[in-house]
Amino acid sequence: MLSIKNLQARIEEKEILKGINLDIKPGEVHAIMGPNGSGKSTLASVLAGRADYEVTAGSVEFLGKDLLELSPEDRAREGVFLAFQYPIEMPGVSTTNFVKTAVNEIRKYRGEEPMDAVAFLKLMKERMKLVNIDQALLSRSLNEGFSGGEKKRNEIFQMAMLEPKLAILDETDSGLDIDALRIVAEGVNKLKSKDNATLVITHYQRLLDYIVPDYVHILYKGRIVKTGGKELALELEEKGYDFIKEELGEEVESPL
Amino acid sequence: MSELKELIQNKLSKESFSGNGSLKALSQKGLELFNEQGIPTVKHEEWKYTRISAALNKNFSYAEGATAITAKEVEEFRLPGYEAANELVFVNGIYHAELSNIRSSADELVILPLSEAVKGEYKSIVDSNLGHSAGYHKDGINALNNAFAYQGLFISVKKNKSVEHPLYCYYINDARTVNVLSQPRTLIHVAANAEVKVVEEEVTIGTSDSFINKISEIVVEDNAQVHLYKIQNEDSHSSCVKTTHVRQIGVSKVNSVTITLNGGVIRNNLNFILEAPGCESNMYGLYCVKGSTHVDNHTIVDNKMPNSLSNELYKGIIDENATAVFNGKIFVRKDAQKTNAYQSNKNILLSDTATVNTKPQLEIFADDVKCSHGCTIGRLDDEALFYLQSRGIGDKAAKALLLHAFAIEILEKIELEPIRQYVDQIISERLDFEI
Repeated sequence: MLSIKNLQARIEEKEILKGINLDIKPGEVHAIMGPNGSGKSTLASVLAGRADYEVTAGSVEFLGKDLLELSPEDRAREGVFLAFQYPIEMPGVSTTNFVKTAVNEIRKYRGEEPMDAVAFLKLMKERMKLVNIDQALLSRSLNEGFSGGEKKRNEIFQMAMLEPKLAILDETDSGLDIDALRIVAEGVNKLKSKDNATLVITHYQRLLDYIVPDYVHILYKGRIVKTGGKELALELEEKGYDFIKEELGEEVESPL
Repeated sequence: MSELKELIQNKLSKESFSGNGSLKALSQKGLELFNEQGIPTVKHEEWKYTRISAALNKNFSYAEGATAITAKEVEEFRLPGYEAANELVFVNGIYHAELSNIRSSADELVILPLSEAVKGEYKSIVDSNLGHSAGYHKDGINALNNAFAYQGLFISVKKNKSVEHPLYCYYINDARTVNVLSQPRTLIHVAANAEVKVVEEEVTIGTSDSFINKISEIVVEDNAQVHLYKIQNEDSHSSCVKTTHVRQIGVSKVNSVTITLNGGVIRNNLNFILEAPGCESNMYGLYCVKGSTHVDNHTIVDNKMPNSLSNELYKGIIDENATAVFNGKIFVRKDAQKTNAYQSNKNILLSDTATVNTKPQLEIFADDVKCSHGCTIGRLDDEALFYLQSRGIGDKAAKALLLHAFAIEILEKIELEPIRQYVDQIISERLDFEI
């Protein structure tokens, strides 16, 4: 489904991704872990098409298309979804209207008729239940004054509405307490199917207790330095990121 | 300019106005000052960015018989919600009772020609309020309207009455055959404990040039509430100077929302004179302009007594070759301790040729006050755009969503649902936004 080959990217003059290789197949859950500054969020941003980053080498193929050639909106229409680490607050933009516009823009791209108000509301109700989000939140302006947990739940609700083929969760666990984390993870799990894939980007292992990955990749200094099963995340949790540095033969700062 | 002076002189010399007292004095003084000052040019500090001389150099005519507006023609520009409104129709500056439709009873709402009001029970109100704006606008254009004050209208909202039917005021210039310059004048008195909503719209019929030079003075007594809504949506051949001068002489609350959508050269003067302690004044504005529209919002808040609150927010979306000016002046006089005065002006420029000039001015003579002012001029937020695009929303629709969101903060201040919806509809169409 997604095939990343030797992806290199920079922001301004700073090289951040230095040759990423990653293959994701339908039905799989991949986790990317890594210390701060390793390039995790950059990878998510580059895949979603954020303009600040410049791709300097490599390729990304998504369902047979050159993803890097597509505008951010066309990537979304092809089925890529990025759950933001920091969802943007938009006073004056009604959440419902926003989601409806998104759903219909995607349908238009696929040559489908726009969804009428009745069908849309029905779908919305059903998906709200799925991700455990209530109407009161959706009748407010998009993310405005939402708590951290509410923002993340709203991201997962949008994901439920847009039905992406590849969902990228960028540090979805950041700023969440354990209850909020569980609700968000349950939503993600319910949306999982054999036809779609999930890429979970996280600093901590705890999210992976709830969204269990098939593969765990460790990103360090812009490269994937280690890949394993879900047990790799546990090992990382236990030993800390220093064990990666040790394996790579780098000097580890003394805890003193 | 001499042609305009001649025209005015001729017109006024034909009037058989023989009114007495303050009204006549104001008219005479207005004519004198106009003759002396003429139309303000860009050399005048308050008119630095707004040039009205070209729009006033149009060979205007006072030809008789050019004002045969029918009720059917009025139909075409009635604002939504008119079924439940008092409709006041002014044709070429003069109140037209037959075309108007007053639903409120006379024990709530009194409507009189100023020339009558100045004689009767309202004499002292007229005497002490009419022409008060001239103290703040000592220029020829204010004076010009004063010269025509004798043809103005007096409106009084009676004590303890909450007027159920909003006042919809249509200022029609009939420019079907000649170029029209009109000078509407109103004095609105809102008595203690009364409440009223006023909606104003300018309308030009025909394709000749039209200029409205209007002054509305409003005096608000204790515990009264006033809502003022202006909708400006005209063609490029229609220009105006509109002065709204509000005196809050009692502890009262006044909200104003000015919506400018298009026109020629538009100058809005909005003054709030807070003469009682503990007043509240809210001034909101949205200008969403394109083409070669020029809109200038000049506001004054004059805090004279302690403990008042004024809140001002003007937002602009400026496209194509349009230009916008915002000038917000706040005075806090010596006695106006504990004043809270806030002011903000935010602009989004949509084209390289759009222009905005924004200027906050604070003059504070008291030492215990809270004042803030700020202005921004920018483009749409890239992060917000990216967020929308990442959900499959194309660039154009994403911009429309964000611009509508920018505008809605002001639209929400219109507490008259049919009018709010109407304006929202126009703005959404303008922005290609689906409600």
